[in-house]
Amino acid sequence: MADIAIRNVVKRYGDTQVIHGISIDIAAGELIVIVGPSGCGKSTLLRMVAGLEVITEGEISIGGRVVNRLEPKDRNIAMVFQNYALYPHMSVFDNMAYGLKIAGRPKGEINERVQKAARMLELSELLDRRPRQLSGGQRQRVAMGRAIVRNPAVFLFDEPLSNLDAKLRVQMRLEIKQLQRSLATTSLYVTHDQVEAMTLADRLVVMNQGVAEQIDTPLEIYERPASTFVASFIGSPSMNFLPGEVDGDGTSIALAQGPRLRAMGQALGQHGGRSITLGVRPEHLAMVPEGEEDFHLQVGVVETLGADILVHGKLVEAGAAARQAKGEGGSGIIAARLPGSARVLEGERLPLKVASGLLHLFDPESGKRLVEV
Amino acid sequence: MHKKVTFGGFAFPLVLLLPQLAITFVFFLWPAAQALYQSVLRQDAFGLRTTFVGLDNFARLLNDPSYLASFKVTLVFSTSVTLTGLAVALLLACMADRVIKGSGAYKTLLIIPYAVAPAVAGVLWYFLFNPSIGILAYLVRGLGYNWNHQISGTDAMILVVIASVWKQISYNFLFFLAGLQAIPKSLIEAAAIDGAGPWKRFTSIIFPLLSPTTFFLLVVNVVYAFFETFGVIHATTSGGPGQATTILVYKVFTDGFVALNLGSSAAQSVILMLIVVLLTAVQFRYIERRVQY
Ligand SMILES: Nc1ncnc2c1ncn2[C@@H]1O[C@H](COP(=O)(O)OP(=O)(O)OP(=O)(O)O)[C@@H](O)[C@H]1O
Ligand SMILES: [Mg+2]
Repeated sequence: MADIAIRNVVKRYGDTQVIHGISIDIAAGELIVIVGPSGCGKSTLLRMVAGLEVITEGEISIGGRVVNRLEPKDRNIAMVFQNYALYPHMSVFDNMAYGLKIAGRPKGEINERVQKAARMLELSELLDRRPRQLSGGQRQRVAMGRAIVRNPAVFLFDEPLSNLDAKLRVQMRLEIKQLQRSLATTSLYVTHDQVEAMTLADRLVVMNQGVAEQIDTPLEIYERPASTFVASFIGSPSMNFLPGEVDGDGTSIALAQGPRLRAMGQALGQHGGRSITLGVRPEHLAMVPEGEEDFHLQVGVVETLGADILVHGKLVEAGAAARQAKGEGGSGIIAARLPGSARVLEGERLPLKVASGLLHLFDPESGKRLVEV
Repeated sequence: MHKKVTFGGFAFPLVLLLPQLAITFVFFLWPAAQALYQSVLRQDAFGLRTTFVGLDNFARLLNDPSYLASFKVTLVFSTSVTLTGLAVALLLACMADRVIKGSGAYKTLLIIPYAVAPAVAGVLWYFLFNPSIGILAYLVRGLGYNWNHQISGTDAMILVVIASVWKQISYNFLFFLAGLQAIPKSLIEAAAIDGAGPWKRFTSIIFPLLSPTTFFLLVVNVVYAFFETFGVIHATTSGGPGQATTILVYKVFTDGFVALNLGSSAAQSVILMLIVVLLTAVQFRYIERRVQY
């Protein structure tokens, strides 16, 4: 168990900069998930912590010791790779024992520790097999086993579940979380799957193009996304974005598509008159009786998920007949998540109301969060 | 699943196979049969009379000290060529695998020796080590060793081994490099994280994973040393001094075409053929199981 400090870390390959100064403080025992779209530099950051990539600028310390110049083996870490990287010519036992053997531990101790890890991961029956004789899930477990037998200060995971099928992924996700909790080992976990990120993380790092856009608890990130990027990346389906303008007195918001929303709760006085991007999550739209709605949705497609339905459609102004959205008004296509019991027909016009206090305002230029409404 | 294309009948497939069969017949089966036939005959000194002698040619060979000596020379030669060749090629391949800048040029340069004809390779090394004008002989002499492969059997052996290894290095290098590049990088990284240093990673991960390649090259190199080094030896030492570098193939040539002892030469070819069959059998048996770790 050790804390990790990542300070202003920059990574360049030749002239291309892929990490633009990231700082994260990780407390001992914490499980941090790094999430972001493909190519944003998640693996690169993780590999710099592991010592597999040179740190161009900045500093990484583990347990208070700067590790920039240390070899991977001297950093007291273990890593689980996306392809598991099991040694194909060794048995499961030897795969797990490899690090201990190199460290020169006595035979009895090696045996004991491997057996213990194998019991924990239900691999006891498989110790004599070769990796190619295992299923994907079993290989994944062996990779985990290899990491835990060494009892390192830090676990690093690079998309360890992405080669598994959906069901196994959910199961292994839970197992990883339980294991991490029981061992209380500081962990960095990279994924591009936002559900995995939300469910696993103590704290979440949302990365975009080599920058950490937001570092916070999953709930905080869901409730108060720092930018449109974070807002659209976390949450499924994505948050709806609608361009609009705050009225002069800051009491309501005029959407480019026409409808006008009352600003609930806080006054928007300080933003009076400025144009904004309004964010509404699909699950924060509710079907209401005709007359109470904020706007109508011209229903395009209905997707049934069982517990919920997803309604995709075009925004139209309350009461008034559907009118063309203004040129700069965006597509006005939005999604709403409604209870599974709701009966919605394609082509219908649905009266919808925005849940109060759950609106997000962003600056249309920078995409940064302005204030909660 | 991929669909097998099949041809019906017998005649059409036969026509398709005919060129290959003809080549096999003319260049392999026929001479092999000739050798077998010759090996049980003996001709008199003037080539006027040919008599059937059964296995007498073989019996004589196995009691002939010069033939047995040639066996020993072959053993020393092929072991040295194979082991040195593999070791040097593996070393070069490991280094090429790590080179990032200019790796194209480096690899191209390493492949050139393969394009050089054996006799030319032989002559090249002959001049480099020539006791009177060779630059390498001069350097070796500078180190205090009086190099003369025209007198010393050991020097001659070292010379032909170097020339033969040099000629084969490219081939081995290419296979080793391909083998190295087929090893996932994450395995090496995992081993590095597990605490293995470069040498430990090589011995415990890289080398075992290369073993199919190594075994394949082992067989290929033994066959090479046995049969394809004729040109190199002919151009550098001509089997001398004495018989110091006369390997079995070279002896077939000297006994048959220089000394014109055709019966004995044919019998030696038959023995060599048996050795090839044995090596090929080993190779095939191996290739069938090579997917397994
Ligand atoms: N050796 C390299 N040379 C140049 N650029 C590289 C190199 N390795 C990675 N990159 C670039 O760095 C960026 C980040 O790569 P990285 O592998 O960290 O992405 P990632 O977030 O892990 O993506 P994914 O989810 O697809 O794994 C990419 O744009 C990639 O093209
Ligand atoms: Mg990655």
